[in-house]
Amino acid sequence: MLQIILIMAAGIAAGWILRKRTFKFLNTLLIVLVWALLFFLGVEAGENKAVIDGFKELGIEALLLSIAGTAGSIALAWALWKFIQRKEGGKR
Amino acid sequence: MRGSLVIVGFFVAGIIVGVLHLIPQFEWFSNVSYITLCALIFLVGFMIGNDVEIFQKFRSLNRLYMLLPLMTIVGTLAGCAITTTLLPHRSLSDCLAVGSGMGYYSLSSVLITQSRGAELGTIALLANIVREVITLLGAPIMVRWFGKLAPISVGGATTMDTTLPILTNACGKDFVIVSIFHGFIVDFSVPFLVTFFCEL
Repeated sequence: MLQIILIMAAGIAAGWILRKRTFKFLNTLLIVLVWALLFFLGVEAGENKAVIDGFKELGIEALLLSIAGTAGSIALAWALWKFIQRKEGGKR
Repeated sequence: MRGSLVIVGFFVAGIIVGVLHLIPQFEWFSNVSYITLCALIFLVGFMIGNDVEIFQKFRSLNRLYMLLPLMTIVGTLAGCAITTTLLPHRSLSDCLAVGSGMGYYSLSSVLITQSRGAELGTIALLANIVREVITLLGAPIMVRWFGKLAPISVGGATTMDTTLPILTNACGKDFVIVSIFHGFIVDFSVPFLVTFFCEL
């Protein structure tokens, strides 16, 4: 995690040094790299025997638990989002 | 919608390549995804530093966004607690231990394997990988349906590293700081929560 923080800090510093210039291609570069990352993560999951074999046996239970956890966090995050939107709407 | 489909397409293509072992000498490959992630993190940092107004935008963000990690933890545990009724052979603490991994699959699966055995450990591994995948693949749709906080919350412990780039893309640069803060807090709470529910 320290490595990630340092890389992020280096990125912020580099961006700040070059702040006088605008880089229009950054959003495109971001999404292309995201595609590449997802492809690589897919390969890693597909190559992982524990993941592929485990999924055949325990996949339903795992899916159920992850969907339930996801739904629960979406519900509360949505509530907080609505609450903040209403508060900020009222101020303006 | 098209954005999400393209993302799903790349991920599925990767799985097929992986399952069929199309890449020779796979060992070097895990570095490739890590280097890509590092490049992405650097890029997200660069976009923050390059935006002269961004620090002002961060300062004007509502303080209430700091409650998001709490929403994530409570929401996840509530969802997993309900699941217990559908899985009669799993105890409440089993379900809560798996759920409290919140996407941090490497750590949670190891901790759970040690105290509850390999089967529940494997479930934790899969469930938390699936959660990360749901975030990566569904972020744009979640923003559309449930607002910008939903995909960050679903991202759980991963929102300051693996899922940060896609969240930056889906929620916009202004929410990078919410995402990092959220990931940081949830990441630190995972080992405590998993250990706690394993010992119940």
